[in-house]
Amino acid sequence: MSDVSQDNGNGRGKLFGGDFDIKRILLEGRAFFALIAIIVIFSLLSPVYFSTSNFLTMSSHVAIFGLLSLGMLLVILTGGIDLSVGSTLGLAGVFAGFLMQGVSFEILGVVFYPPVWVVVILTCGLGALVGAINGVLIAYFKVPAFVATLGLLYVARGVALLMTDGLTYNNLGGGPELGNTGFDWLGFNRLFGIPVGVLILAAVAIACILLLARTPFGRWVYSTGGNARAAELSGVPVKRVQVLVYVLSGICAAIAGLVLSSQLTSAGPTAGTTYELTAIAGVVIGGAALTGGRGNVRGTLLGAFVIGFLSDGLVIIGVSSYWQTVFTGAVIILAVLLNSIQYSGRKKQKASSDGETTSPQPDSATERSPASGSTAGKAGTQS
Amino acid sequence: MNEHATSQEGALGKVILSARNIAKSFGNVHALKAVNFDVHYGQVTTLFGENGAGKSTLMKILSGVMQPSSGEIVLEGEPVRFSSTTEAQRQGISIIHQELSLAPNLSVRDNVFMGREIVGKGGVDYAEEARQTRQLMEELDEPIDPLTPVEDLRLGQQQIVEIARALSVNSRILIMDEPTSALSASEVEVLFRVIRDLKSRGVSLVYISHHLEEALTITDHAVVLRDGRMTAYAARQEIDLEWIVRNMVGENFDLGSPPTGYAMGDAVLSIEGVTVADASVPGRAVVDNVSLSVRSGEIVCIYGLMGAGRTELLESVAGRGDMDAGRVLLHGEDISRLSIAERIEKGLVLVPEDRQRDGLVQTMSVGENLSLASIGAFTKGLLTSREREHGVVRESISNVHIKTDGAAASIGSLSGGNQQKVVIGKMMATHPRVVLLDEPSRGIDIGAKAEVFRLLSEGAAQQGLAVVFSTSEVGECLSIAHRVVVMSRGRIAAEFGADANKEEIMAASGEAVVA
Repeated sequence: MSDVSQDNGNGRGKLFGGDFDIKRILLEGRAFFALIAIIVIFSLLSPVYFSTSNFLTMSSHVAIFGLLSLGMLLVILTGGIDLSVGSTLGLAGVFAGFLMQGVSFEILGVVFYPPVWVVVILTCGLGALVGAINGVLIAYFKVPAFVATLGLLYVARGVALLMTDGLTYNNLGGGPELGNTGFDWLGFNRLFGIPVGVLILAAVAIACILLLARTPFGRWVYSTGGNARAAELSGVPVKRVQVLVYVLSGICAAIAGLVLSSQLTSAGPTAGTTYELTAIAGVVIGGAALTGGRGNVRGTLLGAFVIGFLSDGLVIIGVSSYWQTVFTGAVIILAVLLNSIQYSGRKKQKASSDGETTSPQPDSATERSPASGSTAGKAGTQS
Repeated sequence: MNEHATSQEGALGKVILSARNIAKSFGNVHALKAVNFDVHYGQVTTLFGENGAGKSTLMKILSGVMQPSSGEIVLEGEPVRFSSTTEAQRQGISIIHQELSLAPNLSVRDNVFMGREIVGKGGVDYAEEARQTRQLMEELDEPIDPLTPVEDLRLGQQQIVEIARALSVNSRILIMDEPTSALSASEVEVLFRVIRDLKSRGVSLVYISHHLEEALTITDHAVVLRDGRMTAYAARQEIDLEWIVRNMVGENFDLGSPPTGYAMGDAVLSIEGVTVADASVPGRAVVDNVSLSVRSGEIVCIYGLMGAGRTELLESVAGRGDMDAGRVLLHGEDISRLSIAERIEKGLVLVPEDRQRDGLVQTMSVGENLSLASIGAFTKGLLTSREREHGVVRESISNVHIKTDGAAASIGSLSGGNQQKVVIGKMMATHPRVVLLDEPSRGIDIGAKAEVFRLLSEGAAQQGLAVVFSTSEVGECLSIAHRVVVMSRGRIAAEFGADANKEEIMAASGEAVVA
């Protein structure tokens, strides 16, 4: 009975009828085309924009947002949100700075200077801890993700301020005699002419691609976000998946914190304020659905580059920072608008088409040419 | 289409609303095919029919939720067309859905006047609203204080609030979709008293129920739908239960017979005294001390009406939701404390009732859905093997005969029957020993139904699967099941062999309700 209307929602048709090709490519590749458009426009407006050195500089800015966005992507794919990443980034930077200054054990009367690799591991561990708190609150104590991570946003920022009394660690260089040099290498140095921060972003991105596409965990992430109830009944450990994505997001934020404080060679407790919003924007511009289940690494990276290249471009052509804020906001709204066109287009299509017939599915993994309409016609007679 | 009553004995019984040749299609699916249907002044007309017969669709059309593909609605001789429920309501037609549409946090008064607040000079005139609400409730002989929050009321009282709301907009025709399915026997009595009272005030009612005997006590006319057609129509005095069942079920479509010719194994699944408390009504159990044992190769059907506790039983056995007492043994091993994933690992799987909500991940492809429960089978080290996943998916698609454009097709592109086969195929890919299926035939057409049953039958005969499936269509009990277990009000009410007849099964399931 009620299934009649329910099944009504199953059929999906072509998104835009016959001419869906071009519109679809523009819509699905919107982040890519937006990036091209940004590069072209700013290259025309400023002679310095289109140069390798500028691209590398901009990319090292993007690295920070990119790292946050990748972690955020994992969380958003499960249908959650992580507002604490900006604060976690700041806390991680301060924590790393604190370790670089040396940890004094008063009882033993010694000051211990951990080597940089230990600093990196401990800082990532701190990020994981913040993420684990988020995840446990959300998965096991059923605190809404928005609220839990909002709380951690404040707590992490507060702890960072407490640790430094509001001041900034300026000397992160370490000393050869202390055996803890090399911190600046993370963000400041270049490898093969490419900023290390960008390489780290690339490495994390590849890890995320593998994680999402090739591991059981990746499949669990998508299924949890797509339909947690169905995933659970299929044996997916939904709660563990939820905890783990927040842990990974926390680690990404910690890495971003390390890269940023290395780039700046200083660690301030207010670093990364509101970066969580930029990270969410990157994911959204990349085409992920905030409801979960849809999105990918490629889109998210493009989204991060769109935001980074846009704001740096505005700086280069000398637009006031107030206007930059306005532009960034407009781009985000535009992206979300296109998202909702893409997804509501599907829904509308669902509603108007029927349950028992099939028609070519625009977002399925197989790309179809209009010529494949005949197969669709055949499929339509199945029941 | 049978004899059409044109009884016009005065005002009472006069046709007030009629549907003429109403058809409704969803693409290729014809939910209703040229249905004629009359509502009589001051009388109750009951719609009978199995799930998927088109009852709800017809009611949605009469109440303006949907528009018919063809045909017309005639209200007191005038053809009308409702583009929305509000419009239907303006003409005096209200519907009370199975799931009540009250805001539990608001008071009775606020619910009755929701969206139609009486605005006086100083904002909403709460005093006037309360006065009218109190008057309505008194007329219904259910003097609930207008300021009581709806969440504090029992379900039966909430239903009466819904009725009050319908009356407050001067409804002349009231459509009630399964109003008694969640009510206790005494609440049903109160509801029936209210219905009789409404009749005496000239309100016409359309009533839908799966409780046949119960409906017979209240109705004046019976209309039977089957597969989107009206198969029979008669006044109350001309019919009995047997007549309804015969017309509802119709000639048997062959859904197969219990597989034979092999020896059943030992008991694989033993359910012992499983009890699940009702979260909303303290002290009541939705599953009440149920014990059941299923052998390898055996097919057991659990028949019961909505709310009988079938779903809760199957879900608690599968590990979703907590049991309050009892235990579940698989091969003699107590699995009551294991997670869903661990039970799947041990060979116990559930194909859930609502495939949209619990069975499918709509954002994933057919292949990804099929392989979701058996990812471990194609994981080497840390990474999944695409090749082996394709193998698993291809095998599933051919094993359960899914008609799809390919593994990469979106799940939404499949028909309901094929979607159901994806859910079944997904669970079968884990190589289970026990398969629980909650209403596997819900919302799929007869051909797909037969195919699903054939799959289960083959699984039992060839692989020694223990199969437990639930249904609310009595015809399905008497297909492939070796044994039919009837549930009613959370308990096992009766048990039959494969040679049972429909009447005794239906009687066993509904008896407890008719006081």
